[in-house]
Amino acid sequence: MKLLTANFVQCSVKACSATPKCFPLHFDQQTADVPLELAHEDVDFSPEFIYNILPRIDWPALLITARELGNNMLPETTPEIENPNAPENEQILRDLHTLLLETQIIQGSMRCENCNHIYFIRDSIPNFLLPGHLVQ
Amino acid sequence: MSRPETTAPPEVFYSETESKKYTSSSRIQHIQAEMTLRALDLLALDPHQHILDIGCGSGLSGEILSQEGGHVWVGMDISPSMLAVALDRDVPGDLLLADMGAGIPFRAGSFDAVISISAIQWLCNADTNTADPKRRLARFFDTLYAALRRGGKVACQFYPRDDRQVEQILGAAKTAGFAGGLVIDDEDKKKNRKYYLILTAGNITTNDINLKGVKIDKQHAARRTSKKNRKEESTKEYINRKKELMRKRGKLVALDSQFTGRKRRPKF
Repeated sequence: MKLLTANFVQCSVKACSATPKCFPLHFDQQTADVPLELAHEDVDFSPEFIYNILPRIDWPALLITARELGNNMLPETTPEIENPNAPENEQILRDLHTLLLETQIIQGSMRCENCNHIYFIRDSIPNFLLPGHLVQ
Repeated sequence: MSRPETTAPPEVFYSETESKKYTSSSRIQHIQAEMTLRALDLLALDPHQHILDIGCGSGLSGEILSQEGGHVWVGMDISPSMLAVALDRDVPGDLLLADMGAGIPFRAGSFDAVISISAIQWLCNADTNTADPKRRLARFFDTLYAALRRGGKVACQFYPRDDRQVEQILGAAKTAGFAGGLVIDDEDKKKNRKYYLILTAGNITTNDINLKGVKIDKQHAARRTSKKNRKEESTKEYINRKKELMRKRGKLVALDSQFTGRKRRPKF
């Protein structure tokens, strides 16, 4: 799962979706049988996409996720970009591209802060199927 | 036409062998590609959008999303075997194992567009004793509406079993707040008929959707004949109209013949 997708997924339990705690899912509790594993995967760079998606990224949530994954280097506020094709912006767009699209979470677990349900990620596919008692 | 929906739940039906068979069939690949291109054509999207593919399976439709316009997509499917095939094929999008009837697990405003090829008819089935198709449809469309940005668009190609399923799906979408309707391709060919549910979230003008080559159903477009017109019709026309109406309602109606609507001769 890309870090970009991790910035959009929320708990799929119906009772949680009404509370603000269902997003973001936390990576702070990992289990021994599914240890956290990150990987770098090359993706074609498209500055337009990063420019389009940037306003919709929840930056505080991204900061939390990055910190839980062991990255404290991110700036505190959303970088502002006016022109995606200007050469001075290319480096920052490339950095965002590496962070959002090329960082893959291969395995690990995500926790909902509200209901404490753990979503496991295996082979970079998160499992959002709920056990019977949580489906409403 | 065989219907996998009547055979088994999706996660059971698309087993390892069935998933491989499905993905390697060149006929299915061709049909899926055609329908994905048609759905994209109807949506008329800007390039470089963030798209959700519901029922992505092995990523046949997703590959086209990456090729056409460089979209970044996330696919969700309920069948682990299908997703395993997608992993083997090394598709560019992100994959998610999730049940669409339990809700789309994304926060508000995540996607610019949603596409779904041959999937949402599965929602009309009750696969377990606790599953209620009506509630699953409502939950699906509610969370879908939330996951789209305002002005986001949806194109779902699906295979309804009958008109009741079409009505059920359209009704659920309208209740969730979507605007839009149904586009039917190849309407006169029963076997090749394709249904596309085209929806928009939030109020945008219809110009945003490419309706080129779409025929608007005359029955819906034309208002009912006015009372004035009806008075002018002959007895024969009146009888034929009423018989047609009763036939549509499924009543048993006498066959039409050359004697229909004629007077009996006085010497009978």
